[in-house]
Amino acid sequence: TMLKGMTRLISRVHKLDAGHFLHTGSQAPQNLAAHLDNQVPVESPRAVSRTSESDPAKHGEQHEGQHYNIPLQDLKAVFPHGLPPRFVMQVKTFNEACLMVRKPALELLHYLKNTNFAHPAVRYVLYGEKGTGKTLSLCHIIHFCAKQDWLILHIPDAHLWVKNCRNLLQSTYNKQRLDQPLEASIWLKNFKTANERFLSQIKVQEKYVWNKRESTEKGSPLGEVVEQGITRVRNATDAVGIVLKELKRQSSSGIFHLLVAVDGVNALWGRTTLKREDKSPIAPEELALIYNLRKMVKNDWHGGAIVLTLSQTGSVFKPRKAFLPQELLGKEGFDTLDPFIPILVSNYNPKEFESCIQYYLENNWLQHEKAHTEDGKKELLFLSNTNPGQLERLCAYL
Amino acid sequence: MAAPCVSCGKAVSYRFFLGARVSLAREQGLWKAAAAEVQTGTASQILRLRHTTVVSTKKNIAALRRETYTLDFIKKQIEEFNIGKRHLANMMGEDPETFTQEDIDRAIAYLFPSGLFEKRARPIMKHPEQIFPKQRAIQWGEDGRPFHFLFYTGKPSYYSLMHEAYGKILDVEKHQNQLRAQGLFSEKTKTKDLIGSRWLIKEELEEILVEKLSDQDYAQFIRLLERLLTLQRGGAEEEFVQRFRRSVTIQSKKQLIEPVQYDEQGMAFSRSEGRRKSAEAEAVVYAHGSGRVSVNGTDYLLYFPVTQDREQLMFPFHFLDRLGKHDVACTVSGGGRAAQAGAIRLAVARALCTLVTEEEVEWMRQGSPGQEFQQGTEGMTSLFSPMSGMPAGKTHSAGGDSKAGLWNHLEAFSFTHLVPGLSCLKGWDC
Repeated sequence: TMLKGMTRLISRVHKLDAGHFLHTGSQAPQNLAAHLDNQVPVESPRAVSRTSESDPAKHGEQHEGQHYNIPLQDLKAVFPHGLPPRFVMQVKTFNEACLMVRKPALELLHYLKNTNFAHPAVRYVLYGEKGTGKTLSLCHIIHFCAKQDWLILHIPDAHLWVKNCRNLLQSTYNKQRLDQPLEASIWLKNFKTANERFLSQIKVQEKYVWNKRESTEKGSPLGEVVEQGITRVRNATDAVGIVLKELKRQSSSGIFHLLVAVDGVNALWGRTTLKREDKSPIAPEELALIYNLRKMVKNDWHGGAIVLTLSQTGSVFKPRKAFLPQELLGKEGFDTLDPFIPILVSNYNPKEFESCIQYYLENNWLQHEKAHTEDGKKELLFLSNTNPGQLERLCAYL
Repeated sequence: MAAPCVSCGKAVSYRFFLGARVSLAREQGLWKAAAAEVQTGTASQILRLRHTTVVSTKKNIAALRRETYTLDFIKKQIEEFNIGKRHLANMMGEDPETFTQEDIDRAIAYLFPSGLFEKRARPIMKHPEQIFPKQRAIQWGEDGRPFHFLFYTGKPSYYSLMHEAYGKILDVEKHQNQLRAQGLFSEKTKTKDLIGSRWLIKEELEEILVEKLSDQDYAQFIRLLERLLTLQRGGAEEEFVQRFRRSVTIQSKKQLIEPVQYDEQGMAFSRSEGRRKSAEAEAVVYAHGSGRVSVNGTDYLLYFPVTQDREQLMFPFHFLDRLGKHDVACTVSGGGRAAQAGAIRLAVARALCTLVTEEEVEWMRQGSPGQEFQQGTEGMTSLFSPMSGMPAGKTHSAGGDSKAGLWNHLEAFSFTHLVPGLSCLKGWDC
């Protein structure tokens, strides 16, 4: 339709209608000219979609809407787990990891740069509709903190801990609670990859007895606890609990800054889909992992920050359209997290949308011949309603 | 077997009656002939009689293979119909003189309510000409000589029609030659507007002529008529040709009434409705906006998570190249997910008519076949017809479906032989 549309628009210039048409009429020849010599507007989109600033600490307002590159080794070190699966696929396809700098992330970075470590940890909650970019914003923050040499405690998706768990053992530490060895051991492995350098620095301050033969002495590095959890899967959950406790205690001392990043934090206070052998449902507090994590996100420690994300996508028993903190956290969760700083993550604004399309075009991701035309962009805009997730899924087909 | 033959005879004949009553429209002569046969049989032949009665019915069927309704029979049926019509009018309390066919239909539907789905199976009362198939009168006289001069061609009415048409062509040409000779011939060719009408179909022609035609015959006839059309012709020939043309109503043109509206705050908007399957939607399209669409108060991205539905919403705007220029606020209820999307699409398209020029409306109505669509599997038909590939809804008023249901000629030949006369009612009255 494009050419036909163009000719019709030009013919419409002669018709006097609302000033509307006259505008489009006058723009039509320019557009035609632009399309005729294709190479002209290349310079400006490049400036729009990418930036060379790859240190999140230096990202500011001027970088808004632009993609910055994360080197691939960094990616493996900082994000062993935690990137959304579709993003991982995109990274593999394009052979580069580019995150868009967006306003919510910039806001959070600003707050984090000005944190007062003597005060109790501030809680930030990223919320928004489905597919608006909460997880990726979280990843941006984590990258920043990693660059700043914080200790990152990143739980990629808390929902994974409240549903579809196979082996639940009765906890050795506390008879009331239940262990999840698999999930805990996986998490410990990833935690180790992410925070290698800290594991030797931090020393445990208590003696922990695992069983009759093994125990960890006071003063031994945290790495040992982690190793113990990974090798002895049965004690993995307890190892996680110990790690969390130690880190919380010691972050106030000032050796390191602690970032607690939990994605899908609404899983902590809700229902689980897990059942005991006698088919009675399990409440979240009866899971040791969840119980310890809840202690972690309480703001009774200082020396770091807590960044949380709400997510309806993986949640259980929550309506599809719910995205507000009150709805997703429930009364209990909201009261526990209160006070927190809510940060809304919304859909793309036009500049960001344009930048995203340019990024895909540069990587030759959009093969449809109409994709780079104005009409095509408008179609994509309408169909995705500027929602980043939807846009990504749509472009995957083109 | 030792039973008295009289009762057996009666039993046999009774069984025979039952067998014969299956076919209603049989002549009475049939029964009398068979009954005569029964009576000739004796007691000892009872068993064989049963067989022979069966055989005799079969033979009689073979003999009367062509069910000709005699002229008297048809006349009698017509009289019965008229009398029955008057009775019916009296029953319904209406005036017998001005009782039309629609009134009859309504009365029958009222008196004999039927839940059958097939409309043609329901009770009807129509003029015998519409019920009984047309037959030809006997075409030869008592001496065996046929009346029509073309009888031996096998299709006399068809060939006589061709003869007539060709005669008219020759007349017109002769007339034109005369005019040319006199120098009064003017070259103007008036092209009559043939757009709103179409030629008769072969079935319709067969129905008029009451004989079977072949495709080549039909094609030949149409060619002749078209040749007549190309010549300059006067009024009589015009009338002759018009007999063979039927008008085609352009349905969708009738339905689009477009009021323009302005609301408070000076915003120009237009509101209209659309329906699809059992979903009803009402859309309010604002003339100036940024492309936000809200459905039942929520954003359309949340309401229609499936891309296909959003494509449906996008389509009217995309067709007119007005993607980011209008805001829409709509309400929808009923139906399923795709039906609601289709209903909103229709409502939006209709609403856009007001805000758009006439020729674009025409363009929308026809749809343009060359349109491509990003991911949709739909081909392109007009915006006012339901999603292509899907069957049109029953209540769908905005059909634009000129292709559907053109031809229901078979209704003239109804299956049911439910008799048009009200003989059954007469029976009940007594």
